[in-house]
Amino acid sequence: MVLYFTMAFQRRRAGGPRPSAASLGCLLPGARAVAPLAVAVFVFAVTFGILARDAGMGWLAPLVFSVTTFAGSAQIAAASVLDTAGGVTAAVIAALLLNLRYLPIGLSVAPALRGSIPRRVLEAQLAVDEAWAIAHVGDGRYDRDRLVGAGVIVFVAWVSGTGLGVLGGSVLGDPAALGLDVLSPALFLALLVAQVRDARAAGAALLGASIALACIPWAPAGVPIVAASLVALLGLKGGRR
Amino acid sequence: MTGVWVLVGVVGVATIALKGAGAALLAGRPLPATFGRMVALLAPGLLAALIVVQIFTAGDRVALDARAVGLTAAAIALIARAPILLVVATAALATALARAAGLT
Repeated sequence: MVLYFTMAFQRRRAGGPRPSAASLGCLLPGARAVAPLAVAVFVFAVTFGILARDAGMGWLAPLVFSVTTFAGSAQIAAASVLDTAGGVTAAVIAALLLNLRYLPIGLSVAPALRGSIPRRVLEAQLAVDEAWAIAHVGDGRYDRDRLVGAGVIVFVAWVSGTGLGVLGGSVLGDPAALGLDVLSPALFLALLVAQVRDARAAGAALLGASIALACIPWAPAGVPIVAASLVALLGLKGGRR
Repeated sequence: MTGVWVLVGVVGVATIALKGAGAALLAGRPLPATFGRMVALLAPGLLAALIVVQIFTAGDRVALDARAVGLTAAAIALIARAPILLVVATAALATALARAAGLT
């Protein structure tokens, strides 16, 4: 992954398809904006590593999981289901349902991406929640440089944190006793506040929360998130813009 | 152990496909205005739902526990315009204290 990006930048420096902005510099604003979030993501990744190891996933599988899936909430959910003896099938279903949101998220960033198909697909992998929120420049439009700059930093934080969790987690003790299980929702709350710029967005947030809450008692893990993504249908009604 | 690798493999491949599908099919082309409005609402809706699920779920029940204390602390820190690291640290500390005080 890192190698790929290095090659891409070298090609651009050498006068590739995009001669202007041909340096790492264009990624800096996104990287800077995400830096404080990345620290929290790193600690969150450590707790995932500890949880995964305690769930009997060993050390290599959680690392491969973090590199390929690269989606915190789904990985935590999968490890929790395994840990509570829910079985592999239940863990897969929970993780997949949570990650179904990446289909519309991937669609939303697609217009901002350029270049060959493999390159676009690779850059779209960086559209995790934190980087996606940072890359949003308003009205459903996304900025490619902010996405990649933020995404690479979050990726490094997520994978290195996972490594520390699986290898050295025993020294750190019980993540729950330290309150580390609220890191991710607290982070999402900060991202949410930044996203709510008008009454429509506030309404979507309230409705999404209500739908999720209503689904929790009867639906399997992951379904509340899928159901909440239906708030996007409110956009069909048309806006004043 | 095989089951763990099945989990990692299936979820990994599926997630890469989900994230990459849009980029593979329609990069560079603008989406219809309606889709833009839908996406603009998706971010707040999904973030709020993720918060609710992570704070108020215990197994398959709705639960009000130490995590809610942490979320409240985070909200207060946000209202006070604290930097983001202070917000998450406050949330973790409040949750840890509530648990130390006997809340589950």
